[in-house]
Order: sequence, then C-alpha cells, then structure tokens
Amino acid sequence: MEGVVSLAHGDGGLATRELLREVFLKYLDDPALRRLEDSARVDFPGPCLVLTTDAFVVSPLFFPGGDIGCLSVYGTVNDLCCLGADPLFLTASFVLEEGLRLADLERIVASMAQATRRVGVRLVAGDTKVVPRGMADGLYVTTSGVGHIPPGTDLRPERISPGDRILVSGTIGDHGVAVLAARHRLLEGEATLASDCGPVHRLAGAARRFAPGLKVMRDPTRGGLATVLKELAEAGRCDLLVEEEALPTDPAAAAVAELLGLDLLYLASEGKLVAVAAPEAADAILQAWRQLPEGQRASCVGEVREGSGRVLLKTALGGTRELHLVTGEPLPRIC
Amino acid sequence: MPSNIFEAFSDPQLGRRLLAHLRELVGDEPMLMMEVCGTHTVAVSRAGLRSLIRPLELRSGPGCPVCVTDDSDLAAVVRLAKTERVTVATYGDMLRVPSSAGSLAEARAAGADVRVVYSALEGLKLAQQRREREVVLVAVGFETTAPGAALAARRAVERGVSNFSMVSLHKLIPPALQALLSPGRAALRGLLLPGHVSTVIGSRAFEFLSREFALPAAVAGFEPLDILGALITLVRAAKAGHPAVYNCYRRAVRPQGNPRARALLEEVFRPAPARWRGLGVVPDSGLVLREEYSAVDAARRFGIVPEESMPAPGCRCGEVLLGRIIPPECPLFGNGCTPGAPRGPCMVSSEGSCQAYYRYERGGELVGRRG
Amino acid sequence: MCLAVPVQVARIQGSTGWVRTAAGEVRVDLTLVPQVRVGDWVLVHAGFALQVLDEEEARRSLEEWRRAVEHL
Repeated sequence: MEGVVSLAHGDGGLATRELLREVFLKYLDDPALRRLEDSARVDFPGPCLVLTTDAFVVSPLFFPGGDIGCLSVYGTVNDLCCLGADPLFLTASFVLEEGLRLADLERIVASMAQATRRVGVRLVAGDTKVVPRGMADGLYVTTSGVGHIPPGTDLRPERISPGDRILVSGTIGDHGVAVLAARHRLLEGEATLASDCGPVHRLAGAARRFAPGLKVMRDPTRGGLATVLKELAEAGRCDLLVEEEALPTDPAAAAVAELLGLDLLYLASEGKLVAVAAPEAADAILQAWRQLPEGQRASCVGEVREGSGRVLLKTALGGTRELHLVTGEPLPRIC
Repeated sequence: MPSNIFEAFSDPQLGRRLLAHLRELVGDEPMLMMEVCGTHTVAVSRAGLRSLIRPLELRSGPGCPVCVTDDSDLAAVVRLAKTERVTVATYGDMLRVPSSAGSLAEARAAGADVRVVYSALEGLKLAQQRREREVVLVAVGFETTAPGAALAARRAVERGVSNFSMVSLHKLIPPALQALLSPGRAALRGLLLPGHVSTVIGSRAFEFLSREFALPAAVAGFEPLDILGALITLVRAAKAGHPAVYNCYRRAVRPQGNPRARALLEEVFRPAPARWRGLGVVPDSGLVLREEYSAVDAARRFGIVPEESMPAPGCRCGEVLLGRIIPPECPLFGNGCTPGAPRGPCMVSSEGSCQAYYRYERGGELVGRRG
Repeated sequence: MCLAVPVQVARIQGSTGWVRTAAGEVRVDLTLVPQVRVGDWVLVHAGFALQVLDEEEARRSLEEWRRAVEHL
C-alpha cells in the first residue's frame, strides 16, 4: 500500500476502516477479528488460564533476523510458554506515528500474521491509534496473550534444588547484538549476524514432557542470561554455578560483541529458553531439544548448589567471577 | 586449531598451564602489582584471575578514561547537554557516570539530546546529517582513542562541518604514572602497562619507570595468555631485581609506537594540565586542541569553564592505587563516596578496587544508587 | 583504556577499509596505518585501525610461552 499513515487513519471513520481492511485484515484474517467488534468471544478449553502482556518499542523497526511485528508475537507467546502454557489467543494494539510509511506497516503486519501461523495462535482482537509526528518512534505494538495450562503443571523457581542442572536451548545474546549492530550501522555488505527472534513453543513443549523433573523455565530477554539466572537464584534461594566454557555462543554475535566491548551474558535473546531440571530429566530434555532445528546448540551450562542467591561463573582459566544485576542496558564501550 | 593465529592467545589449555607456572613463581610471597589500564582491569576480572594468583595482588590503576574524568569536567558536559540545539555524542562508557550535575543519562531523560556513538567519526557523521544541531563529541580517552578524535577534528575543519565540535578530555598515561609514583612506589613491585596505548606511543615511552622508580613494567596485550605471560615476566623481574620495560605484546607494539598516529596527535592537540578525579591536577597530562583547531573546540565555542573542582577533602584514591591503604581505610569510603556518588576513580569503575570492596563487603550486592 | 580487536583487512579504498569478521564486513578508518595491505591483520579500536599486527611476532610469543611451561 502506497503513502504514509495520516492522522485521519486514527479518527475511526472511513480512513480507519480502509486501513484496517487494506493492511490489517489482508494478513490477519481471523474470523473473530474480521468482525471488527469491540471484543472477541472465544471458547476456552480448561480451568487454568494464563495471561500476559508486553509492549514492543524496538528501534530500528527492522533488524537482521526479524522486525517489531514477529517480535511482538513471539515475545508474548514465549512468555506464555515459559509458564508451561499452550498459547491460544493474542490481541494487539498499535500506536502509529503520523508519517509512518504504509508499505513498512504492511510488511510488519504480514510478518505478525506469518508468526501467528508458525505458532498456531489466533490473533482475535486489536486496536490502532495514530499520534502526531514526533510523538512515537514510528510504531509501538503491545500484544497480550492467553494460554491454557494443563492440570498438574507446576513450574516455579521455588522448586529449584541443589543438584539440578541449568539448560540453555541455544546461543546467548544474539538479539541484543544484532539490534546494536543495526543501530550503529556497524555491518556492511551481506551480514551473517541475525537476531534469534523466534518462538520457543516446541522447545517448551518438549521440556514439559519430563514434567516432574522440570522445575522452571524462563526466556532470557532483557538483561540476558545473567539477569535471568540471578532472578532464579534469588527466588530459588540457592547458588547457581555456571561453566563459562559450556556457554553456547554464535561466532558472528561473539565477534561483534568483542568489537563493541559487550558481554553476551547480559544481552537479550528473543528465541531461547532457559530451564532448570533434575539431572535425569535434564539429559532427556537436552536430547529432545537437539532434535529440533531451534535446539541445535542446546547445552547444559551449569548446576544448582546450596547457597543464598548468588550466580558464580567458573571461567575458562578456572577462576570464579560473580554475576551481578547491572543497571541499564549494555552499550558499546571503548575501555 | 584456531582459525587464525590471534585466537590462540585465548586458548584455555595453554592459559591454565601458564597460570600454574605463574603460581609456581609467585610461591607464597605476597606481592602487589598494578594493572594500569581499565581494559586490563575488566579482562582480569572477567577471567576470574584475581583470586587465582594470590598472594600476588593486582590493584586497579588510573587507566580508565571514564573513571578519571574529573567531576567538574563531566558536570560541565552535562550542563552543556541541556543547552538549546546541542546534541551530545558520547561513548557508552560515559553515559551513566554520575556527576554533581547528574549523569548524561539523567540529562537525556530530562529531554537533552544525548547519543551514544561507537567512534569519533560517527559523531562527525551525525553533525553532517543534522546540520540544524550543534553536535558536541565528549572526547574522552587516552593516547589510543585520541588519534580518532584528532582525525575527526581535522576532517571537520577540512570539510567545513561547522556544527561539529568536541570537548577534549583526553588524558596521557606517562605523566599520570609519573605523578602517581613521585611520592615513591610504596609497596608496588611491578606495573602491567596498557598494550593499546603503547601501540601508539611505543614501549620506549615508559622507560622512565625503571630508570626513575626501579620498577619492572611489562607492556601487555589483553587476552588471557597476554596477561599471564606479562605477569610471569614481571614476577621474575621483581624477584631478580631487574627493573626494565619488557614488551610482552610485540605483535602489536613497536619501541617507537605508531609514528603516523603520534604525528596526528601532535598536529591537532598540545599537552596541558588536566584534572584527574581523585588525583588532582597533573601537569602536561591532558590534551587541548591547538589554535588551528579552535573551530572545533567546544570549550571555546560554548564558553565552557568547569567550576573549580572542590577536591574531595579526604579522598585518598592515589594511595589506594599505590596499595598504601585498602579502600576501607579511606575516610570517604562508604560515606560520601559510594557507587552512586563516587569521589575517586576507584569507586566509579564497576571493576575499580573501591567499588569491588564496596560490593564485596555488602554480600556481593550493589547498595546505593548507580547513576 | 582501550578495547581493540584483531581483524583481517578484506578491502581497501583510499583511507577506508573493510575488515572481515564472523558477522560480516565492518568499515574501519585506515589513516593511521598507511602501509596496510589487503590480507593484513590490524588492531581496530573505536572504528580505527591502530596498528598492523605482526604474525611472526605472534608465533614467537606463543612459542616462548609454550617452552616456558614445557616442564609442567
């Protein structure tokens, strides 16, 4: 669709309807959504409902390996999966900045639609508002998700106990590095660095088959693996000992992180799962993850110890370094 | 086998054997040495090396350009950021450092236009793209980073980019070491010298250390093997009493450094006194833009006159750096000087000795606002 | 003080070069290393090449350290 978003698209009249039909419904063709009513009525399969919501404000809107559209679907889907839920329904609300190119919006909505199909969730309700130029960074998307938890599922950090293993489904920090490299236009020509933006529903599903041994799952987004482990250690009131040499890293991400002086442990992943599980379940989960394309680099990176909420990294040289919560997101360093 | 020879410098097997050899040499004799450079501080801490080499103790030196930036200089930059039409371009390291006028991150939150750049040329490009803004680069760094800023200054003048300027807060390492060691080297037995500063100024620039202070000093790279190899050289030299400057980073450092880089520095900057946080004014230890480059001198263009920095009464960072005292013995440690309101460089850097002590004493958790 | 990384020069155009990393090509300024040629390894800091690296010296350092720990 040619042209740009105008304030008229936000007035609820003809221009709004044309935008919804020409851009949104063209790709998001869910029966409930097509009714364009104030809310969507759906059937819900069981007693235990899981609900989450997330705002997406990534800049730039398009980055190698993804865009704000698929990110806004996977981010919310992954949060549902971490609690052991099957993701069922999504809603999405858009804040469009006056002047946003409609062709870009179309690409983003198409990417959202493709992501919902990949995961098998229905986007059943939505809303669009337009704000004057300068009031938003092109586009903000907020998605909410509803999932169903099978009875008996009990995934909580409090269940962590000494001897449990710490598993990561693949390479760490890929999304954070890819966005920073794009923001600073660091890479030229065809680049192999890409965000790992993707769904973890199959990884979570595989892990849940070993339920009693599986204690908790998280997706290491903002703050990266180090922050998630610190939160788990504190909530589980134990220490986590991680082996630096066991951490899976992508060579392209590691190269850029080194160039910008960044620590991959504190950079976001957008398509990875961290799981803590009893030893026998841990081995089985690793086997199952490695059968999946998104689990090729799945690794056991450490274990749980008696303790008080610290995360200790055993370095390649055999030393130990404690991982703390840090303030602010990682930035390119010169020193 | 590593894909290129340079990856071999982080090979864990050889690293562990070098570590074992270093521990053999150290034995049980307590020794204090300093890693001058902040990047070494981060590399040593990330490798978890400090605990492995005891009783050899490595103390963090004044070599982090962010941590040694004086409060008055940073406060002046933060005030400048709040000026109409000004866009401040800064390296990521500076963004969250607190000052008496707040941090650049706080200024941004309050509406100032503060951008993080990865290189000085990115700052210049920003000015070329946004001609309606006054783009000011916060040019911190030592002899390694200064040539990049010098080139940006020269290109700005050549291309008439009149809306680009910089606040030169560059610092020079040799004069700072001279000042730091002038009251005597105290308990210090050796210095790990900054490898990348040395690629520019050359290993020869540090010969005064052995001549005047009888201190062994080793120019070192930043991979684990580089650091361990240099420490082995330092411990041998300290025990044998052979003070000299050892170049353990020969793949990158020549005795005379990089002549082209040094000529560029000489062309654009001239040495001048500079304020070092916690150490006071050190003669000839800063770089100011020469007359021919006054067009890109933000201090001149915006009339920046940093208020006289009230030297923190009682701040004993200099003595902490020399190992004369440990952080808790400094009267300001934990009262008046915290990570949220640091008075000296050792408290600013997340790897600095005072902040490390401050965290360690509080059960590993950071207490107090971090800017 | 100064984070710098060894990378290999893939292309040169005047005082601008592109170095090869596992993630793709990165533009760097080569003004400080006029003697550089394609295929050389350089130390890059904040967008600038600081020095051309000497691979022979790299081998010698590694060999020296390996000899120092032979007895272990």
